[in-house]
Amino acid sequence: MSSLPWLTTIGVIPLIGALILLALPKESTELAKKIALGVSLLPLLLVIGMALNFDANSESEFQFVQSYEWIPTFGISFSVGVDGISLILIALSVILVPLVILAGWNDADDAMGSVKGYFALLLILETFMIGVFAATDVFLFYVFFEAMLIPVYFLIGRYGGPGRQYAAVKFLLYSLVGGLLMLAALIGLYVVSAQELGTGTFDFTTLTNLNIDPGTQKLLFLGFFIAFAIKAPLVPFHTWLPDAASASTPGTAVLLVGVLDKVGTFGMIKLCLPIFPAASEFYAPAIIVLCVVGIIYGALLAIGQTDLKRLIAYTSISHFGFIGLGIFAMTTQAQSGSTFYMLNHGFSTGALFLIAGFLMTRRGSRLIADFGGVYRVAPVLAGLFLIAGLSSLSLPGMSSFISEFLVLVGTFEKYTVAAVIATFGIVFAALYILLMYQRTMTGPLKDGCEKITDVKGREALAIIPMLVLIVALGVYPKPVLDVVNPAVERIMIQTGQRDPEPTVKPLGETQATERVQEAVEAIEGGAR
Amino acid sequence: MNISSTLASVVASGQIEASNIDPSVNAPAVATGAFSFMWLLIALPLLGAAILLIFGKRTDKWGPYLAIAMSCGAFIVGAVMYLTMLGLPANDRPVNLHIWDWVIVGDFQAPIGMQLDQLSIIFVLLITFVGSLIHIYSLGYMKHDPEKRKFFAYLNLFVAAMLLLVTADSYLLLYVGWEGVGLASYLLIGFWQYKPSAAVAAKKAFVVNRVGDVGLSIAIMLMFVTFGSVTFSGVLEDPAAANESTLTWIGLALLLAACGKSAQFPLQSWLLDAMEGPTPVSALIHAATMVTAGVYLIVRSAPIFDAAPDARTAVMVIGAITLIFGAIIGCAKDDIKKALAGSTMSQIGYMILAAGLGPVGYVFAIFHLVTHGFFKANMFLGAGSIMHGMNDQLDMRRFGALRKVMVITFITFSCGWLAIMGVPPFAGFYSKDKIIEAAFGVNVIVGAVALLGAGITAFYMTRLWTMTFTGKSRWTDDNKHPHESSAVMWIPMAILAFLSVVAGFMLAGAIETWLAPVTGFEETELAVSSLVMECASLALVVLGATIAYLQYRRDVPLVAPQHVSPLTVAARQDLYGDAFNEEVFMRPGQWLTRSMVFFDNRGIDALVNGIAASLGGLSGRMRRIQTGFARSYALSMLAGAVIVVATLILVRM
Repeated sequence: MSSLPWLTTIGVIPLIGALILLALPKESTELAKKIALGVSLLPLLLVIGMALNFDANSESEFQFVQSYEWIPTFGISFSVGVDGISLILIALSVILVPLVILAGWNDADDAMGSVKGYFALLLILETFMIGVFAATDVFLFYVFFEAMLIPVYFLIGRYGGPGRQYAAVKFLLYSLVGGLLMLAALIGLYVVSAQELGTGTFDFTTLTNLNIDPGTQKLLFLGFFIAFAIKAPLVPFHTWLPDAASASTPGTAVLLVGVLDKVGTFGMIKLCLPIFPAASEFYAPAIIVLCVVGIIYGALLAIGQTDLKRLIAYTSISHFGFIGLGIFAMTTQAQSGSTFYMLNHGFSTGALFLIAGFLMTRRGSRLIADFGGVYRVAPVLAGLFLIAGLSSLSLPGMSSFISEFLVLVGTFEKYTVAAVIATFGIVFAALYILLMYQRTMTGPLKDGCEKITDVKGREALAIIPMLVLIVALGVYPKPVLDVVNPAVERIMIQTGQRDPEPTVKPLGETQATERVQEAVEAIEGGAR
Repeated sequence: MNISSTLASVVASGQIEASNIDPSVNAPAVATGAFSFMWLLIALPLLGAAILLIFGKRTDKWGPYLAIAMSCGAFIVGAVMYLTMLGLPANDRPVNLHIWDWVIVGDFQAPIGMQLDQLSIIFVLLITFVGSLIHIYSLGYMKHDPEKRKFFAYLNLFVAAMLLLVTADSYLLLYVGWEGVGLASYLLIGFWQYKPSAAVAAKKAFVVNRVGDVGLSIAIMLMFVTFGSVTFSGVLEDPAAANESTLTWIGLALLLAACGKSAQFPLQSWLLDAMEGPTPVSALIHAATMVTAGVYLIVRSAPIFDAAPDARTAVMVIGAITLIFGAIIGCAKDDIKKALAGSTMSQIGYMILAAGLGPVGYVFAIFHLVTHGFFKANMFLGAGSIMHGMNDQLDMRRFGALRKVMVITFITFSCGWLAIMGVPPFAGFYSKDKIIEAAFGVNVIVGAVALLGAGITAFYMTRLWTMTFTGKSRWTDDNKHPHESSAVMWIPMAILAFLSVVAGFMLAGAIETWLAPVTGFEETELAVSSLVMECASLALVVLGATIAYLQYRRDVPLVAPQHVSPLTVAARQDLYGDAFNEEVFMRPGQWLTRSMVFFDNRGIDALVNGIAASLGGLSGRMRRIQTGFARSYALSMLAGAVIVVATLILVRM
């Protein structure tokens, strides 16, 4: 099965869909929407097929590998393949795109850009997202990493709400700074590989096997890491995110925060750690401090927000702190937890952004203070909002709890204090979610909220799959963990890390042998 | 000398020793036969909740009956489990059912599995029995509520989560039940969402509980790094192998969790506000079952506390503080539900205190938990019946003389009143006096506190009883005609009243033998005979009750008097628990978040924008170089590209 060009096919389909949309006459907006939805379902079906053929316990690091020479002079190739981590993130992307199209059916109707353009941009973005997660050539990764900026820039700048120009430019500048640093580090990496191997390469697997001297590692690591920390974003590189998320349409916000930002954390675990193990270990304590600060800082800022979308954006900054924490704690539990967290965060934040979008479209305001008592006119909407919120606060029983707890317990093994401080994040999470719910949904009905209608079928269809996945994976996370665990174990080996042993050994082995030894000694002593 | 046979006997004796250290070493057997259906306990009420919530309004008509059937079904399953367990020898009673693999990452292995033993079956029976009665009672109490179906759905959800809490076989799965009951509690306290006070109280309960959950999280993490396991069998098998300071930390973290869920000092503040919820909820969740989960957690973790005496002392002290704290609040409240809530805090304080006494106290903690579950649920349902008959009036200063018009409620409530005071032969007498005795055996001061608490309990309960049922009527104009509630409400009350009378002497003696294999049990040896102790506590009870009766028999002003002792003022303010939280956490917290929002906008962002602006200025100067011709841009881009390519080529050479 792996001889089929799975990844290329999955990646190219949305691009073809986008070209078809662009060829349509400008007036046929409904047709454009339907084509966009139809096209976006194909990659989903194919990824399901690919996942079913994925062998979690395979010997080789990447599966469904395809490699074509691209610029052989510089050792650049068009190489794609997936491991457990990238499979999960590609799945997240192809699940979210159709849901975003469905939920944002009318979001572009009154925008300055054309409707078909909006959906074409979403599909182009999907191609780049698949590409960035599938690339096994670091240069190809970089190309997709930068290419993603283009559709997002236009999605925010042409289709967003008030403040979109400012937000779009800010997003672009931040990302370009990161991209520039990464480019420099990329060239440096190429130089280093050339010194060591004779010919330079961008091939991921080859690069992980290099023995780069620690000093160089530390420099190159920073180039990549800062780019990823801006993308993710970690505090203090975060201020572009609330602006970008609140100025864009809900659908763009979902893809931006749910998937695009994951490229940052994906890069950290998939590139920084295996290629620069010594540097990762060197910087880990500092990054862990940064992440813990981010968890608490993002949560406190979320509590203080007055704008629905900015609030959700700040909760994500707190959540990205958790993901980063797990990656750099470098234990199996923490890293599997972080990877699972990337998936769960996509669903819970996705659902929150979309529901907030429904509310804002109906009420014509983003301000929390303009809402109140909405549950009385829209009980189902309120219920869905609460479930999505409970997932965001990691209620046990939901998938987000498992990932958050794994991150915490995995961090606790090595960085006890950091884990304990991060654990207090769960109190703040309860506050920001339940305060938001209390202020918007409960109490007497506020003036101006009378006309808020309950969710329509199409909207429910966009939200419910995410909530079902959150609950289902909370009860039965095995399908995801089985795929993620081997990939994380490989990263642990590549980085030369091991989980600490429990302080008390299980009674079964060690204590039993100790007892026998003691007995033997006692008898020998007695015999003498 | 035959070395090999000696060796074998030494090893064998070592094993026997190991099993003597701690009774729970007997690993639970794999569930077979009737036990293999124990998953139905959780599945039935969970299914009920799911059907009612997913199918929504379509189930309005029959939904409540389905919920009742599911709860009663769970009780029947629980009863079958209990009877099966009765037929087994003590060591074979614990059974384990592995359902599926759950969180498996590296060495971290938590299954979805259930464990049923002598301890958990008591909870299963209490939860499903009282839960079913309260489901039935709610049929009457919530009859006219437009969202009755949702109420029953949440009740079913609660029962499912609570059963998961007490039957989980690992601390991680227990956590799911632990927050599941918290969610149900949140939904039910805020059931009347249109009341801002209810919505605020619900959020407060959840957030304060989350502070406790930090403790539970840390405890589980410590268990994993210490024992490499989070299952009961892995952690509790031989905790003494770990060093004592680690165990003390685990114990303290578990205590923090228990403080949140069981409204113990210093996390008690949410319980009084939780009375915003409908009264059946207060009876089931905030009196009989959920709030006792902290006691379950500590008793379940008995092997840890046995090996960590400092943690045990902390548990005992927290229990003693709360038992007085709650009792004092109970003395000053005029709202009947809040007076009962103060009493609940105080009574759970007794249980926590007992759990902190170690093997002499564990069984009595559970004993009192069961009897309290009966008599407090009974009294809350009685309060609900009074509210139902009096147009939702809660102020006891507006009650009086209700014994004539609400005869059944009066009788059932009186059973609860006598039971909580510990008057022989009512249920509380057996369970509470045992705790007082055991406390004296461990520490005289703690014993004295427990004894004093009995006197205060008698005072506030008699105050409540007298103000409500005796004296002259002080009814307001809108409820001139209080009436008795319908049979669907008073029958559950009568059943619970009956149990408030008999549960004590039925269980006394038997519960020690039943629980000893799980929790361990030691008799308390006192210098004085237990008869002396009983007389002392009875004397205090009579004293407290008499003072209250004489004081509140006649003159109860309609408005609470303002010139009262500082203690009364403090007690009316919940001993300043809320004021403390407000001053120490909420206001500084609000200030902090506001200033941080400012800092984020004006600080970090402005810094970055400032750099951008100065770059903008720089680029203004550089604009002179720009000619506006596309070819010159192309040239500069080409130059940039050449540099990149040149670097790459140079490296290759």
